[in-house]
Amino acid sequence: MEEKKEEKKEEKKKIRVKMREQDPLVRARNFNEVPYGYVPDEAVEEAHRCLQCKRPTCKDGCPVEVDIPGFIGLIKEGKFLEACYKVKEKNALPAVCGRVCPQEIQCETLCLVGKKGDPVAIGNLERFVADYEAEKGEIKIPEKPKPTGRKVVIVGSGPGGLTCAADLIQAGHQVTLFEALHKPGGVLIYGIPEFRLPKVIVEREVEYIKKLGVELVLGAVIGKLHTVDELLNDEGYDACFVCIGAGLPMFMGIPGENLNGVYSANEFLTRANLMKAYLFPEYDTPIKRGKRVAVFGGGNVAMDSARVALRLGAEKVYLIYRRSEAEMPARKAEVHHAHEEGIEFMLLTNPTRFIDDGKGNVCGVECIKMELGEPDESGRRRPIPIKGSEFQVEIDIGIPALGTRANPLLTKTMQDLKLNKRGYIIAEEATGMTSKPGVFAGGDIVTGSATVISAMGAGRKAARAINEYLKWKYWDVSNLAKAI
Amino acid sequence: MFKILKKEELSDVVTLFEIDAKHIAKKAQAGNFFVLRIHEEGERIPLTIADFDRDRGTITTVFQKVGKTTYHMGILNEGDYISDLIGPLGIPSHIENFGKVVCVGGGVGIAPVYPITKGLKEAGNTIISIIGARTRNLLFWEEKMRKVSDELIITTDDGSYGRKAVVTVPLDELLNKDKDIKLVVAIGPAIMMKFVCKTTEKYNIKTIVSLNSIMVDATGMCGACRVEVGGETKFACVDGPEFDGHKVDFDLLMKRQIMYLDEEKIAMERYREKMGGVI
Ligand SMILES: Cc1cc2nc3c(=O)[nH]c(=O)nc-3n(C[C@H](O)[C@H](O)[C@H](O)COP(=O)(O)OP(=O)(O)OC[C@H]3O[C@@H](n4cnc5c(N)ncnc54)[C@H](O)[C@@H]3O)c2cc1C
Ligand SMILES: Cc1cc2nc3c(=O)[nH]c(=O)nc-3n(C[C@H](O)[C@H](O)[C@H](O)COP(=O)(O)OP(=O)(O)OC[C@H]3O[C@@H](n4cnc5c(N)ncnc54)[C@H](O)[C@@H]3O)c2cc1C
Ligand code: SF4
Ligand code: FES
Repeated sequence: MEEKKEEKKEEKKKIRVKMREQDPLVRARNFNEVPYGYVPDEAVEEAHRCLQCKRPTCKDGCPVEVDIPGFIGLIKEGKFLEACYKVKEKNALPAVCGRVCPQEIQCETLCLVGKKGDPVAIGNLERFVADYEAEKGEIKIPEKPKPTGRKVVIVGSGPGGLTCAADLIQAGHQVTLFEALHKPGGVLIYGIPEFRLPKVIVEREVEYIKKLGVELVLGAVIGKLHTVDELLNDEGYDACFVCIGAGLPMFMGIPGENLNGVYSANEFLTRANLMKAYLFPEYDTPIKRGKRVAVFGGGNVAMDSARVALRLGAEKVYLIYRRSEAEMPARKAEVHHAHEEGIEFMLLTNPTRFIDDGKGNVCGVECIKMELGEPDESGRRRPIPIKGSEFQVEIDIGIPALGTRANPLLTKTMQDLKLNKRGYIIAEEATGMTSKPGVFAGGDIVTGSATVISAMGAGRKAARAINEYLKWKYWDVSNLAKAI
Repeated sequence: MFKILKKEELSDVVTLFEIDAKHIAKKAQAGNFFVLRIHEEGERIPLTIADFDRDRGTITTVFQKVGKTTYHMGILNEGDYISDLIGPLGIPSHIENFGKVVCVGGGVGIAPVYPITKGLKEAGNTIISIIGARTRNLLFWEEKMRKVSDELIITTDDGSYGRKAVVTVPLDELLNKDKDIKLVVAIGPAIMMKFVCKTTEKYNIKTIVSLNSIMVDATGMCGACRVEVGGETKFACVDGPEFDGHKVDFDLLMKRQIMYLDEEKIAMERYREKMGGVI
């Protein structure tokens, strides 16, 4: 009898507590968030699956080294706020990361429990504590540190810029954050859709950073309104952190790409998310609501575009990807959600041209079938077109979502800043230091499109290095004085 | 928030704003534009910096009421605020002493051609300007243009003022008789710029046009503004807005400009209803 119970418990331990979600067919037509989040009992139950390892392997998978068993232990004890503070020691944006981090290739893939079943749902638990804190309204504003009299300017308000700003202001520096768009948050606000990351969460985080004392200047395109040199030399800033993302959309270079109805994923998502075109005509910005939509690509950007198109009322949404599903770089959870919602995957397929309806609108796309050959540099098997396998798909909206590149708008105004061949800023990994004295860089503009957490990690490292640099400037002078 | 310091009705459909925007004024150059959003639900629309005053910290814009946003701007008054103003954007005009230049402004295009004309004049060029509109009360800035031109030609389609012609008629005559003309700058509706380019091509005179494609961010991040120049795709907001007119695919530009015709109509009708006859 006893034994049987034990067995059952063991069995149960293999499966994680599921997060309840909106029904796929309902949510495919609204912009509300997909999962509902854990209630406290569910969180405690899931927390009990954690073994509290002495040498927790999960932590190695976390780019910012969150004390994972530490915060999960606090959840077990019902100390949810304390658990949240524990996460926040290392991660300033847990409500965001709990929702968008690719945990399945980071912390969760290394979790010991995962060897015999589902790994502990670390992301879900992180999200739970952050939402709990927000709901309780007990957001702690730390005491203002002693001012150092130093001024730092940050360019770009994505996750990297926000993290760096929060760290530097808490070190006592004066911080100004310039953002080109009229809303702060970077990809979190213009790229990732409402149903995956509600905008109130991003706004809440930004409010927090403003409360800490960061001066936020919106609609300021650096390189145009001010150059970095002017800020450093004339405006009295002691250091600059450049975290402008990799926002330039890539097109496929195939015929018909400039037809009406063909959108870059960036434009499609910016209209929908930043400009709230899904609420047109409540909001002024229009967006074409396609009946048959094709999205090209296999990353998060492609999944988001496809799912937005569906929510705008499309009857059919195709996700066209040249490799197979196993190679898709998108978060697994989102691929799964896309399937559930009825997105039709056309794998091993590549577009060759868009077809004109004679009036300048797209009315179809010609595709070719692919097969996988030898592995390429990325280790993934290279897709090769199969001769003569062309076929056409009727569409009225086409969305290339093939990733982005570095936008040269700012960097071309900084002659002494070294870039790599592809236009990304060359910066030291551990510090973000660049070839230009006083200028640090991090996030997607250094690494190319990566993740929210890696941009945050870069922001944190840069903050630490800037702190040192500002001291060093001071110490250097005094050392020099002593030496003389 | 950016304050409207001055409002002037230049015609039934064309309005001028002088706006308090110290930082933008400091950096503005001929050929630059800016993006504005009038309120939280508003669209981002690009407008040319038609003039600027660095000392007073102001920029001037001249806009034609064509749809929801510009009609709404029309009911704003001195002392009102615009929520966001982003600029200066785009690559400034290339100003140097070419010798003799013809500057053509059609309709509301007179406003954006003015700062370029002024810049070229200050650089020592001899300027012949042609400004044209459908009818007399759509013309504006005649005196302002005259001040920066050595010769000013005015045309109206209906002959209600100046010469009864479209701008390409006097342009063709000028190019035909004056072989010293080195450059033509033309800003106006796409169709006008297209025919200006057809005219100047015959004489092989370099022609600069400013492309008003639909934009969203205007910082190179979305590609809404794509145009084809010399067979290559360019982003008008960051690669332009000025391009070599002889290489521009105007038909594509015109098709892309009408992409949202249905939505614009819905927005305008809804707005009219809301305003209850004021517009
Ligand atoms: C649609 C989409 C979905 C994604 N989904 C995920 C996901 O699920 N999980 C995940 O981990 N990652 C995801 N990513 C990737 C992730 O969002 C990025 O790696 C991350 O946001 C990079 O952060 P960042 O701070 O470097 O730059 P960004 O977030 O790109 O922010 C840069 C900011 O700088 C501003 N800027 C640019 N130039 C200037 C200038 N000259 N002057 C002033 N401001 C400027 C921009 O307007 C922008 O606000 C996604 C990306 C996209 C596009
Ligand atoms: C670089 C540039 C400079 C410009 N300078 C001036 C100027 O100095 N004065 C002036 O009157 N107009 C100018 N325009 C055009 C101006 O932006 C449009 O007239 C305005 O956006 C119309 O908005 P609406 O809501 O009033 O009208 P809508 O009814 O929305 O649109 C009317 C027409 O305007 C164009 N348009 C609509 N939305 C946009 C958009 N987001 N971006 C660009 N065009 C759009 C479309 O072709 C559309 O058919 C410029 C455009 C560009 C690209
Ligand atoms: S590896 Fe898994 S079980 Fe071990 S501490 Fe981390 S989350 Fe808990
Ligand atoms: S308007 Fe977005 S790239 Fe030009």
